[in-house]
Amino acid sequence: MKIETTINNQKKELTVKSYTEPLLDVLRRHSYLGAKEGCRHGQCGACVVLINGLPVNSCIYPAGRTSGKKITTIEGLGKPNNLHKIQQAYLESGAVQCGYCTPGMVLSTKSLLDKNPAPKDEEIKLALDGNLCRCTGYVKIIDAVKLAAKRLKSKRIRD
Amino acid sequence: MDKVKTNFQQVGKSKIKVDGQSLVTGQPMFVADFTVPDMLRAKILFSPHAHARIKNIDTTEAEKLSGVKTILTYKNVPRIPFTTAGQGAPEPSAYDSFILDNKVRFVGDRVAAVAAETDEIAKKAIGLIKVDYEILTPVFNPKEALKKGAPVIHDEKEAHMPLPLAYQPKKNICAHVDMKIGDIEKGIKEADFVFEHEYEIHYASHTAMESHITTAYFDPHGRLVILTSTQVPFHVRRIVARALDLPVQQIRVIKPRIGGGFGGKQEVLLEPLTAALALKAGQAVCLKYTRSETFISSRTRHPQIINLRTGVKKDGTVTAVDFKSIMNNGAYGSHGLTVICNTGSKVLPLVNCKNIFFEGNTVYTNLPVGGAYRGYGATQGYFAMGIQLDEMADKIGADIIEWCKRIHIKEGETSPVFAALGEGTEGVSQSIGSCGLDRCIDLGAKEINWYQKRRKKQTGRYRRGVGMVMMMQGSAIPEIDMGAAFIKMNEDGSFNLLVGATDIGTGSDTILAQIAAEVLTVETEKMLVYSSDTDLTPFDVGAYASSTTYLSGQSVLKTAQKVKEQIIKVAAEMLKEPAENLTVHDGKVIGKKGQVTFSEISGYSLYTKNQFQIMASDSSIVHKSPPPFAAHFADIEVDMLTGKIKVLKYVAAVDCGTAINPMSAEGQSEGAVLNGLSYALTEKYIFNEKGRMLNPNFDNYKIFSTRDLPEIKTILVPTYEPTGPFGAKSVSEISINGPCPAIANAIYDAVGVRLYKTPFTPDKVLAAIKNRGNHRTDLPDGRQARNVPLQFRVV
Repeated sequence: MKIETTINNQKKELTVKSYTEPLLDVLRRHSYLGAKEGCRHGQCGACVVLINGLPVNSCIYPAGRTSGKKITTIEGLGKPNNLHKIQQAYLESGAVQCGYCTPGMVLSTKSLLDKNPAPKDEEIKLALDGNLCRCTGYVKIIDAVKLAAKRLKSKRIRD
Repeated sequence: MDKVKTNFQQVGKSKIKVDGQSLVTGQPMFVADFTVPDMLRAKILFSPHAHARIKNIDTTEAEKLSGVKTILTYKNVPRIPFTTAGQGAPEPSAYDSFILDNKVRFVGDRVAAVAAETDEIAKKAIGLIKVDYEILTPVFNPKEALKKGAPVIHDEKEAHMPLPLAYQPKKNICAHVDMKIGDIEKGIKEADFVFEHEYEIHYASHTAMESHITTAYFDPHGRLVILTSTQVPFHVRRIVARALDLPVQQIRVIKPRIGGGFGGKQEVLLEPLTAALALKAGQAVCLKYTRSETFISSRTRHPQIINLRTGVKKDGTVTAVDFKSIMNNGAYGSHGLTVICNTGSKVLPLVNCKNIFFEGNTVYTNLPVGGAYRGYGATQGYFAMGIQLDEMADKIGADIIEWCKRIHIKEGETSPVFAALGEGTEGVSQSIGSCGLDRCIDLGAKEINWYQKRRKKQTGRYRRGVGMVMMMQGSAIPEIDMGAAFIKMNEDGSFNLLVGATDIGTGSDTILAQIAAEVLTVETEKMLVYSSDTDLTPFDVGAYASSTTYLSGQSVLKTAQKVKEQIIKVAAEMLKEPAENLTVHDGKVIGKKGQVTFSEISGYSLYTKNQFQIMASDSSIVHKSPPPFAAHFADIEVDMLTGKIKVLKYVAAVDCGTAINPMSAEGQSEGAVLNGLSYALTEKYIFNEKGRMLNPNFDNYKIFSTRDLPEIKTILVPTYEPTGPFGAKSVSEISINGPCPAIANAIYDAVGVRLYKTPFTPDKVLAAIKNRGNHRTDLPDGRQARNVPLQFRVV
């Protein structure tokens, strides 16, 4: 079956095997390879994408439910040499090691900062709780979120 | 203070990862992101039994299923014994594995494999395979496995050690090591106090976020290409060649970006089977493990039962260390000898002592298989040693901070353990070239506020305590490991750096680029790094044994120096000045009469006169394994009502020599610390009575997430290791060893009970507190055992 969605601000028709086919599989089949498979049970967050601005584990999200909704994947943020401020902050803070959890982590960060531009440490930890990372120990990820928040805030003030 | 060079331009700087931009934007760079035309998907039938012989397998129904291309069982794969341990050749691990066998030895062992057009078809076909098992009695407890009459797990005639080493599969002994220095009984007699305890340290999964995955396909020339998530591409090539009886020449192994390894991918786990499927099907095959398959059927941290007996004099002299360990290797002997060796060799040299005995027995059981895991035996050893040092300090009434500084090995000193115990063989004698441990201890104690917090009387539900541990690890395996590099210069003054070294997310591509850039006086960004492709890059043993920076870094440094000499030679010709007059600075060669840029030099060498490619390669082996040192401090809170341990603050002070990239070095330590904390407190394999793991998922095998994160403070203590590239030593492994002993010691400080078994789950802590009257003596500072003021309700 076909479903109409918006992916990264572009109208997109997705071919899905069934209403309940995991969104992760559908996205990856349509070359959105930034979402990663880590557990397929919604327990690790490597597959996080945003739906109407909110993070979901795409490995357990029925693709059919995205009909008429807005999906944001990591491909919708920055590109190499033209990074989103969150991505730049991740790199400068040393928050990326193997990079497998990074797309999901960055998207959860974006969702948080869109709602809460100046989150406290506890709020950051709560927002990223669903994204597991085995490399970094999270310390530099929290630093990155704070740095991104600061930079996005000053950008908003400038704008 | 050690001599610390600070005038570096590229080294010692927190450069952004060379692959960072692509990773942070989610570019397709991992094995799963690549597809090959007509690629089949593979699935495995795993054993539901812990110990059984396969009387027959009937694949008829499965073969009939449309879309099924190939089914492999023990009947149609080569019967060649090999080890899955990705180590140098010949491996010091037992050749006790086959691609598929007619016997299964643990729940999760492989029975058959299917390659089909889709995952769904492969899964369905797996369900149609009929297996007739003869169930055998399993053995799960390593002590039971050692008893006479215990079920023999490896009764096949082919099982053997490729090296002349102790191997007694009929007794379920997969490896044995012992070492004697001085006279242990004499040391015990000299002691004023003797301690003896049994320590148990448990199973764990690496849980790299990317599970194991391999794609095998054929290039246009019919050569087998293996694209795989590995830490050891060159060992993969060799081991696959052996297991399938193929010439090495026929195989190319490519490592793309890897989603974490931590030792789990030092295992040649999927590659032989995937290659066998591809060869049989004559087309590309992708095999990946699901998360639960990774928990059950990949590799784990080896559990150990350690009996540690030590003696100490009232003056603080440690007179005897008698260390015996039984290590559970599970069903196959991967890394069985070397991990147990490391338990001794990375722990025992730390404390000066004249009488040391070490014995390790690695035992087969019908449980999941042990393998390389960050820390590699040292994690297990430091749990026992770290606690017993704390007990000793208490008994002799010493301030543990000052006492630790007194008893540890110092710069210029050696330990007989270095020569006696290596990785599977005798070791290599070495003296310590750099040691910042005193400073690690002092700075860590200050940061945790040690003297204000230690041994404070408390009442009420929440009791706080602090604990510490000092540690060392190593840097590479001396006289065994080799890494090589190749550099060529491009006409714009950029360089291609090709290394065998394997970046698995650690940042080694970046660190090696920084080392080359430092020598060549260019920005790190001028280095284009390509790593770990057996066709295109030189050899390297791979990412293990804390080796990359120290070992592969040397080869890069030497190679860059050779390239620099060639650059100077060309510049001399261009400037018509003798080479002695020339200096290299900032990507330029400067003479007395003039200067030329690197791009001018390279352009000249490629197009103008006496043309040649400026390029070089070099290899390195190392003659020492200089230890990094660390002191860890935990500040914790014990909930007397629930037994829950909360870590409030954790300090890791680490001496890794020169940190080539301080941000990366901190990241390595922080990642290791958090993994260690999670291992100490929540990670646990739960088995049923049949040996089946009951919790193979992240809901029930709890690894720490952001909400569990305590305040972690990393202090890099710079020293200069004279034999390391720009003074560097290793950093990646050491910090995973600290949390178990540091937290155990902090629990004692808080509530006066010793926990000798990991993990410190609430049930265990609570039970220990309840029973402490039976277990403990009064605290050495004269305090009485505290009474628990609350009534516990057992639910």
